[in-house]
Amino acid sequence: MAVINMAVKYKTTVKEHGIPGVLKMMEDRFAFVPNDPRSAMKLKVDFRTIKGHKFSKDGSKQALLNLTQDAEKGVGYIFEFDNFSDRNVCRDFVGKVLGKFQSVTPSKPNEQSVPEKPAALSHVEQLSTVEMERRMKLLREDSELQKLHKQFVISGVLTESEFWATRKSLLDDDENKASKQQAGFKSAMLADVRPSTDGRTNKVTFSLTPEIIHQIFAEKPAVHRAFLNFVPTKMTEKDFWTKYCRAEYLHRTKNSVAAAAEAAEDEELAVFLKHDDILANEARCKIRRVDPTLDMEADVGDDYIHLPDHGIFRDGSKETMDADYEIARRTLSQDLNRHAAVVLEGRALDVELGDTRTVAEALARSKQESSSDLPDENVNMERLAKVSRMTEIDDLQAPRSLPYAPLCIKDPREYFDSQHANALKALGDSGGMKSINCNMSTEEVYLYLRRQISEVKTRGLEIPVIQPEAALKVLDGLNQHLSSTRYHLGKNPQESVLDRLPHRTRDELMHHWMSIQELLQHFWSSYPITTAYLYNKVLRLKDAMSQIYQKLQEIKESVQSDFRHQVSLFVQPMLQALDAAFAHYDAEQQKKSAKSGSKQNGILETGIGKISRSLANS
Amino acid sequence: MKFQIEEVTVYFPYEHIYPEQYGYMVELKRALDARGHALLEMPTGTGKTSALLSLILSYSLHHPPLKLLYCTRTVHEMEKTLSELRLLLPYLPPNRILALGLSSRKNLCVNPLALSAASRDSVDSACRRLTATWVRSATAADPSVPTCSFFESFDRAADAGPDNVLLPPGVYTLQDLRAVGRDRGWCPYFLARRLIPFASVVVYSYQYLLDPKVATIISREMQRECVVVFDEAHNIDNVCIEALSVSVRKQTLDGATRNLSRMAQEIDRLKATDANRLRAEYNRLVDGLAQRGNLPMTDAWFSNPTLPDDILKEAVPGNIRRAEHFLSVLRRLVQYLKGRLETENVETEGPVAFVSSVNSQAGIDQKMLRFCYDRLHSLMLTLEITDTDEFLHIQTVCDFATLVGTYTRGFSIIIEPFDERMPHIPDPVLQLSCHDASLAIKPVFDRFQSVIITSGTLSPIDLYPRLLNFNPVISRSFTMSLTRDCICPMVLTRGSDQLPVSTKFDMRSDPGVVRNYGRLLLEMVAAVPDGIVCFFVSYSYMDGIVNSWNEMGILQDVMQHKLVFIETQDVVETTLALDNYRKACDCGRGAVFFSVARGKVAEGIDFDRHYGRLVIMFGVPFQYTLSRILLARLEYLRETFQIKEGDFLTFDALRQAAQCVGRVIRSKADYGMMIFADKRYSRHDKRSKLPGWILSHLRDAHLNLSTDMALHIAREFLRRMAQPYDKTGGGVKKTLLSQEDLERMGEDAMEMF
Repeated sequence: MAVINMAVKYKTTVKEHGIPGVLKMMEDRFAFVPNDPRSAMKLKVDFRTIKGHKFSKDGSKQALLNLTQDAEKGVGYIFEFDNFSDRNVCRDFVGKVLGKFQSVTPSKPNEQSVPEKPAALSHVEQLSTVEMERRMKLLREDSELQKLHKQFVISGVLTESEFWATRKSLLDDDENKASKQQAGFKSAMLADVRPSTDGRTNKVTFSLTPEIIHQIFAEKPAVHRAFLNFVPTKMTEKDFWTKYCRAEYLHRTKNSVAAAAEAAEDEELAVFLKHDDILANEARCKIRRVDPTLDMEADVGDDYIHLPDHGIFRDGSKETMDADYEIARRTLSQDLNRHAAVVLEGRALDVELGDTRTVAEALARSKQESSSDLPDENVNMERLAKVSRMTEIDDLQAPRSLPYAPLCIKDPREYFDSQHANALKALGDSGGMKSINCNMSTEEVYLYLRRQISEVKTRGLEIPVIQPEAALKVLDGLNQHLSSTRYHLGKNPQESVLDRLPHRTRDELMHHWMSIQELLQHFWSSYPITTAYLYNKVLRLKDAMSQIYQKLQEIKESVQSDFRHQVSLFVQPMLQALDAAFAHYDAEQQKKSAKSGSKQNGILETGIGKISRSLANS
Repeated sequence: MKFQIEEVTVYFPYEHIYPEQYGYMVELKRALDARGHALLEMPTGTGKTSALLSLILSYSLHHPPLKLLYCTRTVHEMEKTLSELRLLLPYLPPNRILALGLSSRKNLCVNPLALSAASRDSVDSACRRLTATWVRSATAADPSVPTCSFFESFDRAADAGPDNVLLPPGVYTLQDLRAVGRDRGWCPYFLARRLIPFASVVVYSYQYLLDPKVATIISREMQRECVVVFDEAHNIDNVCIEALSVSVRKQTLDGATRNLSRMAQEIDRLKATDANRLRAEYNRLVDGLAQRGNLPMTDAWFSNPTLPDDILKEAVPGNIRRAEHFLSVLRRLVQYLKGRLETENVETEGPVAFVSSVNSQAGIDQKMLRFCYDRLHSLMLTLEITDTDEFLHIQTVCDFATLVGTYTRGFSIIIEPFDERMPHIPDPVLQLSCHDASLAIKPVFDRFQSVIITSGTLSPIDLYPRLLNFNPVISRSFTMSLTRDCICPMVLTRGSDQLPVSTKFDMRSDPGVVRNYGRLLLEMVAAVPDGIVCFFVSYSYMDGIVNSWNEMGILQDVMQHKLVFIETQDVVETTLALDNYRKACDCGRGAVFFSVARGKVAEGIDFDRHYGRLVIMFGVPFQYTLSRILLARLEYLRETFQIKEGDFLTFDALRQAAQCVGRVIRSKADYGMMIFADKRYSRHDKRSKLPGWILSHLRDAHLNLSTDMALHIAREFLRRMAQPYDKTGGGVKKTLLSQEDLERMGEDAMEMF
């Protein structure tokens, strides 16, 4: 890797003004030399001591890069760059270097505790930069993953490769998603600008934002063309939009006489009121490409010999239109159709909204491109294939699989939470039906039944059949469960119990839950222990788990009394899962010490491991 | 799969078959065996078309030379039918079937010169300008006169014998025909028409059989051994009536006057240059109309099939044989009609009274009127007029005259000085409206051995034979055996505020009703995935309510969930909107389509699968009851068939509603909900007119719902439908049959005898 030199400002906090100087980045360390040679702020830091890096968003006020030494205390080196591209160069460099070190550092504790070096080192793979970048990108996009990564990989509980081994699919998916999804237009009709009045004067106010202007351009090509023609040669942008709004207002008030009069006087204004010829042309082109089974245009006059005024003329089904003014013809329906069509086409612009002129020009460019690609045979074939697929009756024949595009969900938890809330709402409506999953194979049921019968046979029916205490306990438990769910659902179905906990507690709980899942997954998958490496891994995992166990207990105790019950309900399954893991660990340990000689228990252990893991997961 | 129905081997394009499809085929075969007509109602979503095609084609392979004439209402349905046929083709014995779609020049032409014309009439006349015999003979003398290269090369190929232009067996849609035309340099339109006698399946529009003007030239060569199918025929009576109705307006008469003076000029010119031609025409007319048959294909005009054969052999009346005389007759007729239009009051009279008044005031008798149409075309041929699109007005007038002169009953002539709804705008119109649907379809029943009328909604099925005046050998209505309750009809009578909703005249503009309808839609767009279709009772009502929703902000809320598309009166725009609607449903964004009952979309566009999970029918789509034409027709129906006005109106409204909601379902794997949003649907006399397959799923609990209850039911329904299920139905009743099932059924039937 090369060496990077960049002019930056060094600061210890974000708000500080900063000391100008030169940042030099090398493969293993970075150095800062201030421009002012008298300044004592010279830096020379080894990358090994850097735990992570943060940076400000592209387009925010400052181009910052923060190299953190200790995440909790926030100690680090902040550099401000002149522009974002410089910053990004450094950021990528740091990312690569750090990634490399992070994959190396966790193996250090291994070296100390394990005598067999080679086994541990074999896991330190040399990653290609592409692979590295992909991982970094995933971490950047998924905050939860990043947290987990920081917690376990950087603190050395898991190695980099172990961490990623379980997330192969994520990495693969990412390869498929090479082209990033673009945010489309909003469904709302922005171009339908509504005037607002202040109620006192006769003034009406229209407000336009860059977003609205963009939509107006896309939906009304005539306005777009007029803008390109008139602004800024003939009039200023402000005049242009004033005129546009005036035309809109005339159109809105449906005063076609006034509109006609204005249009006659002012030819620029007339452009906005007239029928849009570009749209008509586009429609003529597009109609040739529609699905022939939808093409109603082909129908017009297909009565072979067409004579006007045939058929039933005035039976009320056909409306007579007053075609007096060409101007008043634009209807709401047309606007709606046009709007929806534009939304579907999506936004093909990659310029930032802001300067109207550039937006208009970019739009014109993208239009030219799209119009140049002519409908070729391929499109035709595709359309035919689609028609034939549509005509098939699905259930009369074997299904066929259709291609799909995966959803790009930024924050899975938020998404699924909202889905869950909706489902809860629906459930609440339907009276809270819940299906209890009690699947058992017939064989199991049969065995169970036989055992019960044989028990009854040998002992006879006990009186009482069930211990009263046990029955009471179960009943109580059920009651409580029912009433509590009913209570929460009834109160506000959208609000889950979690939402009512203090934010900090909730976040902690969620985070611990995630960590436990991650740890348990690694824990159970490392059984049976066949190598010393696995043994060490389990040791590390166990330590990490017991730490979390401690923390969970703390949360349970520290939380306010109102929520203590709720929290303990939440924590309960986590603790149980951990307990199961600890129990397993202890059992293993005992077994190992008991028959340290014989080593043929592998198969049995795997079986147990699987069962208890599934228990823990459920 | 392949199975036997009695002696016929039926080829079916799928691995499984629905029991009702099988039953449908059995009935159909009986009708074909009996060489009679049939009336079959089978719910939408049970694969009617594929059952129909598969049985008739299999039957015709067993009993040649049976031919199939498949009539669809629209060109896009024609495309759908042809693509179903294409699916079937690989399962049939190879190289036996030639199937083609036929349409007007506008849809088939590949000549860029003719295609550049905007309207279809101009395409027609542009074509005629390039291909008429006299144009071609002129080119022979002077090569600079333009001709159509496609037609010329087709004509050369066809001259060498009909086999020369015969296409290999297969299915040819309009697009395929165009592709062949471009490929070989042949004119697709004339190629298609030349192929008709050789094709075993011809798919075209209703008009090609029902409209007397078209029927003779297109369907003249069809022999008796034809099976004619009218698919989606629930509106067939209306199509028949429209085919024989003409209206004359002021613009028509003005145009006709211009046409007449132009023709007079032409006659004068011809007299000076080539008087022989006029004389030849005169002689031809003396010999009778029948000889006209051997005109070249490009010049063919349309004789009038409603004229009985003996009239065809009759000579044209002597007083209109000469061109000048005929022109003066037409002038008098136009003058008379102009006088009639200048009335202040609405006038209604029968054809007999009208003809006698023409006779007394203009001196034109019934026989002259009857020959007007044919005489005009003979004259136009003689005058070598190619720009026929300029002469549409006089053709309309002559068509009117012929109809009035031919029929003495089943018609009425209504003169209205202005439109009822806009009394301040004078717009006089003279309408000849046909009331008797059986008149137009009678030649079809008489001529072909089997006519099958089928649709998803033909209830009440005993009404159609009366309306169309024929005796079906088979008349049956099939129900649908469902694997699960995949349709969910509901009647919504109240809004969320418990106030009744209706499109009754006194309620429809009530803001409370408008808001309740809007709330209903809003709740539904939030709960139902993918596509939703809404039907309104008329364009004006739809425009009104959409504007109100826009003002109230309901439309904006709807748009947060789904994109909105609207059917307009402009077909191009509507087609594009539909295409976009499908795209929006395909990509998962979801969309709502606002459409009009009795509109073009309700007629023939399917909203199956994810394209329509819910249909909302806002209101009862009654006809505009103040229309005088409708009133006259109702009177005729009462007098002739003893059908009560109210019954007919309800029947007509409910078949439209059923047609609208029936578009959601395509197969048993599909599912959809139907909401009838009007309090009037809860009344038994209205509801009971719905087809049986909807009624059988309409539970008593769903008859009187408010918006929130409907929403609840919708949620439950959607959740239930999302579960996996056993497609074959399992249990006692099978809803999906495989080949083995059918064979077993066959054996059982054998054992029983």
